Amino acid sequence: MWERAFAFLAAGIGAIGSVIGGAYGISLIAKSSVENIARQPESANDIRGVMIITAAMIEGVALLALIICFLLVFK
Amino acid sequence: MNELLLRLGHSVGHKVLGFYAQSEHGIGRGNPDIQDYIMHHVKDQVVIPFHLLGIDLSITKHVIMLWLAAMVLMISLPLIVRSKSLIPRGPINFVEWIIVFLKENVIEPYLGRDANRYAPYFLTAFFFVITCNLLGLVPMGSTATGDISVTIALALFTMFLVQYSAIKQNGVVGYLKSFVPSNVPQIMVPIIFIVEVMSMLTKHFALAIRLFANMVAGHLVIFTILSLIFMFKNFLVSPFPVFGIIFISLLEILIALIQAYIFTVLSAVFLGLAIRPNH
Repeated sequence: MWERAFAFLAAGIGAIGSVIGGAYGISLIAKSSVENIARQPESANDIRGVMIITAAMIEGVALLALIICFLLVFK
Repeated sequence: MNELLLRLGHSVGHKVLGFYAQSEHGIGRGNPDIQDYIMHHVKDQVVIPFHLLGIDLSITKHVIMLWLAAMVLMISLPLIVRSKSLIPRGPINFVEWIIVFLKENVIEPYLGRDANRYAPYFLTAFFFVITCNLLGLVPMGSTATGDISVTIALALFTMFLVQYSAIKQNGVVGYLKSFVPSNVPQIMVPIIFIVEVMSMLTKHFALAIRLFANMVAGHLVIFTILSLIFMFKNFLVSPFPVFGIIFISLLEILIALIQAYIFTVLSAVFLGLAIRPNH
């Protein structure tokens, strides 16, 4: 019973780090992409492509940590 | 329409009865039953058990979904592109838009001259991944790319294609030399070689993990919100999870499209980096 309790606690604490890191990284991308679209509106399509790709890559790493937390809870 | 409602009700009712059948065993255990319910619907479900020489080759629901995706693509795409007029109308217009969009924005910027040689692989990968992802959102379907084996297989296709193309272009010795930049002091060559090989393996592995985690996380969230109704054991709670599930399903459609696009883009980037090294 104590192992399950510690597993749940560890999964919760792990989710804190992964969510904070992922959200911070994606917000940096969004900030610089919006600023540069505002500075030069005709490059909007190129910047949008780069923004989507880099956001998905960062989210991939954040979801990797989430999978580890799920493994902790369900095993 | 009636049949669709009947099948929807049947599948939801099956889930409800399944939950209650499990909770009859452990009264007072609470949480593990909801865990079992969620895991039962996110994991694979065996349909036809089938063992061959000690290897488990059972036909599971994900296998059936893979066959279904392949059949949908193999039957519908040749019929769609059959029209002979120069001006596309209807479904062929849509398919041509996707293909031209991918060719111009994904394949040609990263591959350049060899775009026509490798375009079939990327287009196949894109259509297959997007069909598998979207089949998971249909009421009786499950996501085939929500299985780590499937995504690792897709990433292995990309990896083998990259290695094969690099070796065919540079020769085996040139391929091994391409890991290390040319103006590195002799003592650091082993370290940089090991680091570069590991980074290549990690990039392809991350391709698999990204697709798998995005698909599984979406379904897991949907089932967790659905099990809120079971946790409260009160049917009056049900509007809120149902609205939440509607919005999350819409988000999941978007994520399915974006993840298929990301898989194709990153495959093209890796292949482009291997074929035309810029260091």
